[in-house]
Amino acid sequence: MSGWIAVLTASLISFALKLAGYTVPPARLEHPRVLRVTEVLPAALLASLVVLQTFSTGTHLVLDARAAGLGVAVMALLLRAPFIVVVIVAAATAAGLRALGWG
Amino acid sequence: MSEEPAPPDAGAASRRAVVRQGVWVAVATSLYGVSFGALSVAGGLTVTQTCALSLLLFSGGSQFALVGILGGGGTVGAAVAAASLLGVRNALYGLQLVPTMQPTGWRRAAIAQLTIDESTAVAVSQAAPPLRRLGFWVTGLGVYLGWNLMTFLGALAGDALGDPKRFGLDAAASAAFVALLWPRLRARQPVAIAVVGAVVTTALIPVIPQGLPVLAAAFVGALVALWWPDRWQDAGRVDG
Repeated sequence: MSGWIAVLTASLISFALKLAGYTVPPARLEHPRVLRVTEVLPAALLASLVVLQTFSTGTHLVLDARAAGLGVAVMALLLRAPFIVVVIVAAATAAGLRALGWG
Repeated sequence: MSEEPAPPDAGAASRRAVVRQGVWVAVATSLYGVSFGALSVAGGLTVTQTCALSLLLFSGGSQFALVGILGGGGTVGAAVAAASLLGVRNALYGLQLVPTMQPTGWRRAAIAQLTIDESTAVAVSQAAPPLRRLGFWVTGLGVYLGWNLMTFLGALAGDALGDPKRFGLDAAASAAFVALLWPRLRARQPVAIAVVGAVVTTALIPVIPQGLPVLAAAFVGALVALWWPDRWQDAGRVDG
């Protein structure tokens, strides 16, 4: 049930935000302070999600096979690999290490 | 209005180029719908809920954030808040697209739903308004169809795989977030804000309830953006 609440609420808010761009008077959204924050918000959120997804289990900081996966993902990005390749090599690295008994 | 009347062949050629660009962007984006589908199921949503997310929410970053936080044990409120904050940029895209798309009636809802990173990027990179509209529709509809189809396939695959850790699906989620972040790190300010976000999150994970470190990182990131000195604004910027 909580899954559906999350899915539907987030979808509704997402659509409202998309629609707002076409309906809210531009002056409101083009305010310099609003622009400043909205431009960089994704960088803060995504960096936070990287840390959360890689180095935490519940409320504990942990170092396991995910960290190695992340390292390989960054190397793939440096080599300009496409998204799907980055994701696959990271998964393969973590899966491989676990198959060997680590992390 | 003041445009030179182009010869008909040149017009058809540039339309073909826009369609080709849109289709390629759609194919590339759709491919990682597979990873979203698999991760969402691994994070605890059902196949139906996963498909509903792609159909209704339809914004990659927000979808990954929602299932990432729910899967990590965060509350519904924290997951919805993080997904919504990531979706704020779509409002700004709409603002940029109003003069091009001039939406009215039912089209406004359709255009709004298709307003995402990819459709906006392809649209605004075209020179003339008709090509921009073409780019928007081809990319938006292409990504919508492909993303939803691949989400479904990914969700079925994730369901069949069983233990997500055995296949490194948790590491795949880390990689997805870092790959979404990567293209944004081309100027000094987003890099600084990403570092601050990461540090705040690391410091708060053991201290506050699950899901909240992400919101704290967003809050601190916003403060840094507001206090960022103007003279640093464009330093180190690689492109516009």
